[in-house]
Amino acid sequence: MRKSFAVARKEFRQIVRDRRTLMILLFVPTFFLLLFGYALNWDIRHVHLAVDDRDRTPESRSIVSAFVNSGYFDLVASIDEGQISAAMNGTDVRAVIVISSGLGRDLRVGRLVPVQVIINGDNANAATAVMGYSLTILQNESAKYQGRLAMAAVPLLSVEPRIWYNPELRSALFLVPGLIAYIAMLTAVISTALSIVREKERGTMEQVRMAPLDAASFVAGKTIPYFLISLVSSMVIVVVAMALFGLPMRGSWLLLLVAVSLFLVGALALGLLVSSIADTQQVAFQLAALVSFLPTLMLSGFIFPISSMPALLRAVTYVVPAKYFLIALRAIVLKGAGLSVYWTDLVALAIFAAATLALASARLKRQWV
Amino acid sequence: MNAITVNRLTRRFGEFVAVDDLTFDVREGEIFGFLGANGAGKSTTIRMLCGLLKPTSGAATVGGVDVGRDPEGVKRRIGYMSQRFSLYERLTVDQNIRFFGGLYGLDRARLADRRRFAIEIAGLEGREQMRTSDLAGGWRQRLALGCAILHEPRLVFLDEPTGGVDPVSRRQFWRLIDQLSASGVTVLVTTHYLDEAEHCHRIGIMHAGRLAALGSIDELKGIFRHRPIVEVQATNPVEAMRQLDQMPEIEKTSVFGTAVHAVLRPDRPLAPAALDDRLRRAGVPVTAIGPVQPSLEDVFFEVVEAAGSQHGRPAEAASGARP
Repeated sequence: MRKSFAVARKEFRQIVRDRRTLMILLFVPTFFLLLFGYALNWDIRHVHLAVDDRDRTPESRSIVSAFVNSGYFDLVASIDEGQISAAMNGTDVRAVIVISSGLGRDLRVGRLVPVQVIINGDNANAATAVMGYSLTILQNESAKYQGRLAMAAVPLLSVEPRIWYNPELRSALFLVPGLIAYIAMLTAVISTALSIVREKERGTMEQVRMAPLDAASFVAGKTIPYFLISLVSSMVIVVVAMALFGLPMRGSWLLLLVAVSLFLVGALALGLLVSSIADTQQVAFQLAALVSFLPTLMLSGFIFPISSMPALLRAVTYVVPAKYFLIALRAIVLKGAGLSVYWTDLVALAIFAAATLALASARLKRQWV
Repeated sequence: MNAITVNRLTRRFGEFVAVDDLTFDVREGEIFGFLGANGAGKSTTIRMLCGLLKPTSGAATVGGVDVGRDPEGVKRRIGYMSQRFSLYERLTVDQNIRFFGGLYGLDRARLADRRRFAIEIAGLEGREQMRTSDLAGGWRQRLALGCAILHEPRLVFLDEPTGGVDPVSRRQFWRLIDQLSASGVTVLVTTHYLDEAEHCHRIGIMHAGRLAALGSIDELKGIFRHRPIVEVQATNPVEAMRQLDQMPEIEKTSVFGTAVHAVLRPDRPLAPAALDDRLRRAGVPVTAIGPVQPSLEDVFFEVVEAAGSQHGRPAEAASGARP
């Protein structure tokens, strides 16, 4: 125990002395979150909009301001018919609303009026989103007149989708839990694997093995510092995500801490396993990136829904700890659900951590002699 | 009383026999040197004796403890240092000492005492807060030795401890080894440097996993008792060697810098003057010629060659195949 402490203290000192590693461990995760959080945003905002308003009545102005006030569109130009092609061909305008003359008059008497929305379709996803926004805005606008005129002729039945937890379908809320899993996994696995393989490479491992110190104390002393540091950096990510991306916290902080800790122990154990296989830092880095990065990104339900994967891949996801972590994390943070909903996922995380730790210790112990 | 007893110790790595049926003793307080090419089995032997590597067969006791049965017990009783001077380069001198002190479980008072000792033998007074990576090789080497003997072991294993260190530092280091030995500590050291072997009380020459020769330096030089060695200084040593090799009186030749050492056959005495005469007639100008005492280098090559032909294994076969 005292010897584990000696190893842990040494490891802490080494990390603190090595500013680079410390920065990587503490700030790169947050930096990643900012980068991914802002870049991996599936919401379309600030769509540059041009208006060709041939009506110029209060009704037509109301439609334009509805677009602008939605927050999705920025009005950049007011143009006339002849300029539409030129505006769309240029890079500045992504959408044009064409309001034909007589719109105000027709609306007042309850006649159906088309409003043309021209959308740049070079990015299909963006175009679909813009189309969705436009439809919603125009429907809201038309509802005003329907109410006023009590247009009984139009069937007043419409689908009213309700989206829970993330009513605005902000992709950040969906992505941030995945990012937390991804970043925590990557840093924990890589830092643990590298710290042990570095000792192998430098020969300090041999010197330590020569001391009367068993493998378990060494491994404990090695992982405790990285556990604490990754725990701090994971919690920093969560807090930053709440401050910047509006991630809610609907559940218990204690349960969040439990879930994160279980996940991190599994990740550290995976790092140990990598270090028992790799003999150089280069191999360790690649191996660690491979086992942490790919499954967490692809097979955890972070980006691709597990339910739509082929059966074989779906089977593989059962050994990806991030899958369980994401379920628990979303349940705690977004839903504020009780333990009864995700206790099986916490158990799965614990099993993964225990199994990987056992395997890694057995391998390291055999190499220790 | 023997500090180390080795009995038929063998280690295989798959098909490759790294250490082959080794038997020897090291006496208490002795400096025992292992000589041999890379891959001769020196490091493998040391690693087995330290409890880092399990023997395939055979037995060894170190400080009275069986290495196969109680490697942890061995580790408590010995100090070990390898050529890589395995210190933590990012940590300071002081932090390294404290770390290794912690590993050996020294209490506060003893650590303070031993810390002073380690800093003193390394000559690092006033540099306790320096990073180890900023130290020159010699200092690092002596600090590594200090860290390896913080727990005052009665036995010290040094695996090529002077690799990559300048001659002055090497001499300082060997002065420390001599002091350790004088205080009763047993030292087992491997080296490539034949001049360092002169510090050893006894030497074992390893070749292809076997102990090819064992004894004090004088005993080892005894193999040339009946075969005088003549040293020939020539402007063209390669040509001189070619000529010498053709003479029936000469058993073998080897190059020593600009000189050639010719070993004469025991039954065919040949005076240096006659040799000089013969070389001049063959058109090889000789600048100096005369009998010399066998050096450890002569002994080393003689032993390794004899061992190579005896076991039917060329010397190159094992080199480079270091486990």
